[in-house]
Amino acid sequence: MSAAGHALRASIKAGELKAENVSKGYGAAHFRKEVVSECSFTIERGKLTVMIGPSGCGKSTLIRLLAGFERPTTGTITLDGEPVTGPARDRLVLFQESALFPWMTTWDNILYGPRARGELTTETRELGEFLLSKVGLQDFRNKYPTQLSGGMQRRAELARAMINNPQIMILDEPFRGLDAMTKELMWEYYSALYEENRRTNFFVTTDIDEAIFLADRLLIMSNIPTHVRAVFEVDVPRPRKLGSLIENDRANEIKMKALSLLHEEAMKSFSRGSKAAADFVDAYSKRMAKT
Amino acid sequence: MARKSTHLQAYWRGAVSIIVLLVLWELGSLSKVWIKWDAFEWLRHLLTAFGFKPIYLPWIGAVPAPTEVLAVWARVLVDPGYWQSWYMSFFRVMMGFVAAMLIGIPFGLLLAVSRTSFGIGFPVFEVLRPIPPLAWVPASILFWPTQEMSIAFVTFLGAFFTIVINVVGGARSIDVRYFQAARSMGSSQSDIFWRIILPGTLPSIVVGSAVGMGITWEVVVAAEMISGGGSQIGGTSGGGLGFFIWNSYVGGSYEQIVVGMISIGIAGFISSELLRALGRRVTPWLRLR
Repeated sequence: MSAAGHALRASIKAGELKAENVSKGYGAAHFRKEVVSECSFTIERGKLTVMIGPSGCGKSTLIRLLAGFERPTTGTITLDGEPVTGPARDRLVLFQESALFPWMTTWDNILYGPRARGELTTETRELGEFLLSKVGLQDFRNKYPTQLSGGMQRRAELARAMINNPQIMILDEPFRGLDAMTKELMWEYYSALYEENRRTNFFVTTDIDEAIFLADRLLIMSNIPTHVRAVFEVDVPRPRKLGSLIENDRANEIKMKALSLLHEEAMKSFSRGSKAAADFVDAYSKRMAKT
Repeated sequence: MARKSTHLQAYWRGAVSIIVLLVLWELGSLSKVWIKWDAFEWLRHLLTAFGFKPIYLPWIGAVPAPTEVLAVWARVLVDPGYWQSWYMSFFRVMMGFVAAMLIGIPFGLLLAVSRTSFGIGFPVFEVLRPIPPLAWVPASILFWPTQEMSIAFVTFLGAFFTIVINVVGGARSIDVRYFQAARSMGSSQSDIFWRIILPGTLPSIVVGSAVGMGITWEVVVAAEMISGGGSQIGGTSGGGLGFFIWNSYVGGSYEQIVVGMISIGIAGFISSELLRALGRRVTPWLRLR
């Protein structure tokens, strides 16, 4: 590993994020809609926590709260004991769609954070070079985001986040919209990256296979208004390979348990007539039949 | 290679369309001659039925033919007064346009980033915006000390409103995720302005400028006609292309009217192309889609 790689590894400070009795609602009086209700969980230090829940259950709202873009109605969110009051570099978010700045090249995008904070030094440049090669985009450093494929954009964004050395990385369905092949490559790529530096990672998804493959801990969310329905420790050894995971009994056991919980949650909103939930139930019953 | 050949194709198509236009125009202008032939008796009946003079095709038959126009143009080309008209109009367009950019872009950005200034500035702006620039001509002749300044002012208005409205719209449609990402990575307010809002608005600035440039040409010509050519800086024939056309009309030289019109077309085309080239240069990321 290069000097920059060592420097990066040494400087990683994995943080621990705690949400306690967090609630969030929108609207006033009887138009009020609770989205998150009495939600408590811990994103443990140096672990990859995956949150899975039916679509439309309020996961994205929860992420905005954790990132500090919005404040909870009640409850507290703390990072290493310090209350979260706004967006900051210690909690970086990767959004569902690429948020790379279209008017900057890959290189300028990656260096955005250091430049914005006036920390553009020889070291941060070297770190940038290191991360650029880490995500395999050396040949694309002077390209604009529109010239990159979906997978490349996601990797560039990972590099742009990592250069800021956040205490926790928050990823909101980052591989949604990629084709199946690219998606699986990104899982292996992303988990290898995680295994290498053991940062605290929080990964949100609706895809159970993605969740099992990536997670150290798995949070199953209830339907809207959301709270944590169950927590599983995914004690499957790392590094994981997709092929061997299919035959892993423990992984399959967790998957079945998680699916039946998710199914229950989805049925709740189905009975309330949500179209999204109907689709969800449909998709998951097919999956259940297959496994 | 494939790219080159499509370029070539585009040029060919452009050339063909211009040639076809010229041929049809020539034929139409010559209708005085060929419509007399017996074979076109039905056409003469048709024209009479619709209330037109049956001696030539309506409108186009009264226009001088391209060959005649070219002959006059060749004479005019060596007249320094003609080039003086070009210079005057270009100068006025540039003055008004540059002023509109210099004032319009910061003003638009200010309206976009500050809720207070939007609340104060936008209603006034929206009331003044629908007033056509030409409606400002009499007032600006009264208000400004020289004719030159009043023409420049009206030209400025033509581009100003378009640029501002585009800048405001462009800046407001920047995706909120870019701001969130920038703020998370520790951007200051000024950093967000210079590295997110400004580049994010650039495409709209380019579009607004291109549209504004077109309006500027429309306005300057009309303003020159109405105000009688401005301050005659270049002597009696220095009133700009609009005045050139007006003068030709008063002097009864129909060929020269058409020369003036085509000159304005060419001038507008050149300025739009220059602006487009500049626009591509400042927004390199849009070229690559």
